[in-house]
Amino acid sequence: MELIKHDLNFDFVGRIKLAVILSVIVILIGFGSMIFKGGLSYGVDFSGGILVQVKFNAATSAGDIKQSLKELDLGGVAVQAFGDDAHEFMIRAQSSSSEFSSLSDSVKQSLEKTYGAGSVEVRRAEMVGPQVGKDLRKKGLLALVYAMIGTLIYIAWRFELPFAIGAILALTHDVLITLGAFSLFNREIDLPIIAAFLAIIGYSLNDTIIIYDRIRENRGRYSKESFPTIVNRSVNETMSRTIMTTGTTLMVVIALFIFGGGVIHNFAFALLIGITVGTYSTIFVASAFVLAWDKWQAGRTGGLTPAKGKTA
Amino acid sequence: MSKSISLRGGLVLLCLLISLASLAPTVMKESLPDWWLKAFDPIHLGLDLQGGIHLVLGVEVEKAVEARLDSMTDQSESLLREKDIIFKRVERLPGERLAVTVYDQAAGDQVDALMKDSFPTLEALTVTQEGGFIQKNYRVSDKELADIEDYAVRQALETLRNRVDQFGVSEPTLQRQSDNRILIQLPGIKDPERAIALLGKTARLEFKMVVDQADIQAALAGNLAPGTRLLYEKNVDKATGAVSETPLVVEDKTALTGDLLSDAQVRIDTRFNEPYVSIDFNALGAKRFDQITAASVGRRMAIILDDTVYSAPVIRERISGGSAQISGSFNEQEATDLAIVLRAGSLPAPVKILENRTVGPSLGRDSINQGVMSVMIGGLLVVLAMVIYYNLSGLIATLALALNLLFIMAMLSLFKASLTLPGIAGIVLTLGMAVDANVLIFERIREEARLGKSARVAVEAGFSKALSSIVDANVTTLIAALVLFQFGTGPVKGFAVTLSVGIISSMFTAIFVSRVVFDFFLARRQIKRLSI
Repeated sequence: MELIKHDLNFDFVGRIKLAVILSVIVILIGFGSMIFKGGLSYGVDFSGGILVQVKFNAATSAGDIKQSLKELDLGGVAVQAFGDDAHEFMIRAQSSSSEFSSLSDSVKQSLEKTYGAGSVEVRRAEMVGPQVGKDLRKKGLLALVYAMIGTLIYIAWRFELPFAIGAILALTHDVLITLGAFSLFNREIDLPIIAAFLAIIGYSLNDTIIIYDRIRENRGRYSKESFPTIVNRSVNETMSRTIMTTGTTLMVVIALFIFGGGVIHNFAFALLIGITVGTYSTIFVASAFVLAWDKWQAGRTGGLTPAKGKTA
Repeated sequence: MSKSISLRGGLVLLCLLISLASLAPTVMKESLPDWWLKAFDPIHLGLDLQGGIHLVLGVEVEKAVEARLDSMTDQSESLLREKDIIFKRVERLPGERLAVTVYDQAAGDQVDALMKDSFPTLEALTVTQEGGFIQKNYRVSDKELADIEDYAVRQALETLRNRVDQFGVSEPTLQRQSDNRILIQLPGIKDPERAIALLGKTARLEFKMVVDQADIQAALAGNLAPGTRLLYEKNVDKATGAVSETPLVVEDKTALTGDLLSDAQVRIDTRFNEPYVSIDFNALGAKRFDQITAASVGRRMAIILDDTVYSAPVIRERISGGSAQISGSFNEQEATDLAIVLRAGSLPAPVKILENRTVGPSLGRDSINQGVMSVMIGGLLVVLAMVIYYNLSGLIATLALALNLLFIMAMLSLFKASLTLPGIAGIVLTLGMAVDANVLIFERIREEARLGKSARVAVEAGFSKALSSIVDANVTTLIAALVLFQFGTGPVKGFAVTLSVGIISSMFTAIFVSRVVFDFFLARRQIKRLSI
């Protein structure tokens, strides 16, 4: 079976300008949302605080839970439904002093006063001190930066510097858009999301390298053609693979998103956005940058492609 | 050619056999012989999947430094008295300093000589003069400071390990981390609150004499006689369960500490059917206890744990057996825990809980079920897509995918890595990305076949041309995964592990295993058209 005709010749390069405008708009919407909401919302891992996940025997509501926790004086309690039925809830609070080391017990006792003994189960309790949260945030950011530097060096070594810069630009684009989506959909950023971001970086690079590899190969084979033509040909030639791989990966991520359970939900959401955007950015950011660089170089010396000097 | 195929096929079979052998304990633990279970561990589940506690404790090392300075202050006071040096006072000052105040220069010089002799780790600082007194300042040297802090953390780790051992947890993890932190992981624990209370207790046991003639009201108002302090005795009313606190003025000076204990056991008082903790001193402790009780018959002695008075019995007679009891308002479990912490020893400095993650076993079970469900559904979708798109060759990719899954699990069990929930997500993600290598190869083979090449040549060219893309793409992803591993705390590390292992295994299955299968079929028959 063939979804994409093997002699597909779609003019991707001609649509780069439109794509750049689209990317800029989407990123700006994300930034706008972050500014409007006063920054990203961090989970307990990064902001410090407490989180208790409770399951009830019978359905209840977030408001009722909040009411019955009033006596605890946790300071700014947020209660959120978790999962599909109204049995499971997430309780979050900022306070993280060590007095709350016996936190799940006190929450359980308060809730049992209202709901009756044995009707509440504490499924998860987390307390992260502000210092640890700060450390984790720093470590997470460093991990993203190190991953970028590491891959930059590898690609610069295997290809050429403009390719490496294009790839980094593409994955920065992907991470920014995913962050924007998190802000827009009010999702919290916690520790597993850092893992998701690094997976997105990995995937975005994976995709970018495949097309770069084809560009490198075609540059040798069709040395008479102009560089934009070569890039367009490479994108078209790998389109079948791109659709297939992105398709299968998205299938499993959607399976994870739907069946993976609440704990993994945000993680799968990040991957869903990141992988979709990552595929797009390979063509319209990574390859586009290499093209732009070549054009700029051509204006000065003669371009990346030795043969291009003749045709230009 | 055919020899090479059987050789490579043999290698794949060998990998398969090792994988199956290492995974067997995970699947069917009961029906395997002992030597098998000894050779291969079942897959280790992370805390988020089997439930348990993840704790990060911060050792308050500055308290250990303070305690050290306090003891130096005591020691120098008695030394000064011994040498008949006249001094006004010795005190601990903020900033890891100690000051001796004397009346004249001659005494000052004597003090300097004495301090230099007795406490070589102290550095002499400035001398301040005011109102006819000379204050000699000393500071703990930076090296000594680092030593005290390091020792406090090491000692704390040791004590915590003792407590965990006494508590009885299988496969606990205790690790020293940077910034005087200690990481503790207790998988599968039933009563997390109790464990946390047990670990967090400093358990500093002290015996101090009660100052009975002190004015409690004045003390409550903040007017304490020098050398005394105000503590509270906690009482629980048996009938109502109400907690009340009785103020008590005790001497600052500690008569005896829990360091000199040799054992602590829970006993039941037969008269009231109440638990108490019976403690035994070691030889030195017994001697001191004997002296103290002999000197203070008729007075009250407070038994204090972490600044809370447990009881303050009257010493009726000299006690020379070297054993005593701690009774107080506690139930049997509290008594058991008290005995545990007394046996395990006190922490050299208080600890503070910086991070606490507790996962109940039911959540872990749900997570496993949901994880397995998504792996199965995701895998099934991928298989369907591959077979529909690449026909028979898609089946080869499916075989590679199944082997891939098997190898990942086998490597987890062989490396004794923990499987976490993000780790399962990593496996799901690898399944999706693993087919990429196969897709790349198949697309290349199609391209070559379109150029009119024969089946065998097309396969040959397809594999060799796709190789550089596959390696480059996977190495960059591997770089990201390794960074993640370095960063890794707990669950995130689990993701990095399965992702890295998955990348390596998927390269092997896609490049090596699929090739063997292709070659096997192409060598047997004359295939004109590839089913791809």
